[in-house]
Amino acid sequence: MTVRVVIIGGGTGGTLSANRLRRRFGEDQMAITVVDQDNRHVYQPGLLFVPFGLTHVEDIVRSRVRQLHKGIEFVDAAVDRVDIASDQVFLEGGEALPYDVLVVASGASLVLEETEGLTGAGWMEKVFTFYTPEGAAALEAALSRFDGGRVVVNVVDMPIKCPVAPLEFCFLADWYFHERGIRDRVELTYVTPLDGAFTKPVASEHLGGMLKERNVELVTEFNTCLVDGEKGRLLSYDDRELAFDLAVVVPLHGGAEYVGRSPGLGDELNFVPTDERTLQAKAAPNIFVIGDASDLSASKAGSVTHFEGETLVENVARHLDGEPLVEGFDGHANCFVETGFHKALLIDFNYDQEPVEGHYPGAVGLPLLKESRLNHFAKLLFQSVYWHGLLPGREIPAVGAAMPTAGKRLDTPTRKE
Amino acid sequence: MPTTTLASTNVELNDEGFFVHPEQWNEEMAPELARQEGIDELTEGHWKVIRFMRDEFLAKGAGPSVRMLAKTSGISIKELYQLFPKGPAKIAAKIAGIPKPRGCI
Repeated sequence: MTVRVVIIGGGTGGTLSANRLRRRFGEDQMAITVVDQDNRHVYQPGLLFVPFGLTHVEDIVRSRVRQLHKGIEFVDAAVDRVDIASDQVFLEGGEALPYDVLVVASGASLVLEETEGLTGAGWMEKVFTFYTPEGAAALEAALSRFDGGRVVVNVVDMPIKCPVAPLEFCFLADWYFHERGIRDRVELTYVTPLDGAFTKPVASEHLGGMLKERNVELVTEFNTCLVDGEKGRLLSYDDRELAFDLAVVVPLHGGAEYVGRSPGLGDELNFVPTDERTLQAKAAPNIFVIGDASDLSASKAGSVTHFEGETLVENVARHLDGEPLVEGFDGHANCFVETGFHKALLIDFNYDQEPVEGHYPGAVGLPLLKESRLNHFAKLLFQSVYWHGLLPGREIPAVGAAMPTAGKRLDTPTRKE
Repeated sequence: MPTTTLASTNVELNDEGFFVHPEQWNEEMAPELARQEGIDELTEGHWKVIRFMRDEFLAKGAGPSVRMLAKTSGISIKELYQLFPKGPAKIAAKIAGIPKPRGCI
């Protein structure tokens, strides 16, 4: 009998799941269908570099279909809803895709309308986001015209995709305005709902210090209530006001909209409640979740999705065989943080271990929590690894799914309040 | 870790003032915790949020962020800030004796 697997989403998680499953199961054993609403696969880490003219949108977008191995069907259609009771995915045209196993890989999307005023006056003129290709390209044009004033970088709420990206934006903006010779005419401010620069104590202290060195002001515990593009100000729920000439906003994230139309599948923000070790959805035993679509407390990042791939495929196989699932995923994340001036730092962590200093993956390796040129080159190299290693679902040499501890300084003191 | 006495009971708080052992909490401790956060009197509105936070924590193992709190409780973010001006999720979690919500970690 041929098992039917439907994968919603042809991005990082959907593509690598499909390719890994295809390698493990023959076409007579398993039919694999990937559904997505368009055929544009965006290399999302590249979006950060677009506003600074360091890359261009056309260089980071490829065909989704062409990233899929032979023997995987691609359906170019929007999903209307999942019916958990009858094991079917309904497409917007009404067509049904019955499944034996469903993989939810539809990522996170931006919920612009949750923030008052965000898309009102000034949107795409002085208020931007670089989290979409259109936004990143429009911001490039605006930055190239910018000749001085107040720039705010505002994270509306957590969780967001790639939690370090807005910080990297600040570091790169500092570099960019230096290069243009106008840094002294630009006030840079980082505005976050968190109580520090980042979510994890040691890294937060480190990154906070780096903002300070670069003369980027840090405003914390700011819950954005209104983006007022007309008057050029951000307002918080506790009545603080921040003026800007240019605002770079990271909007609230939610899961895909169809999740909200699928009774029992998602939470209030349309993320899909998922077992953090097995990646099985809490809604049904034959639904698995990979990448940003889940409600896991792991970072929403491509590296996390890659590390989840192994556990996901193993557990789909075990589910089909009626065997107990492996509690294989440890929350491992690995992020290169671009810090400007051709340097980057690397952080590596999981559910239990916060990012600390040391080297990765062992005593000899890339420096952790420390700026270096080597990390910057590794970050640049990663785009090629993404298309040719990660999406095809290959193991990447020296980068295992489980978080390594060999080169880490696990005695690094944590921050005291 | 500092130990403090609330409603004649010794409880353990972490560096930021959150309960280390949520099971040590009871409702009698809430008014004193609230006063430490500048809230002189706990109204029915405050209690609704405190009990909601507590239930969410017991059900899901983590307190909600402000936005999730608003979405699930039906109390708007604006009203939540009127009740807890210094940050609803964080302050209500402190008073409810549960760990700092994941959304604001």
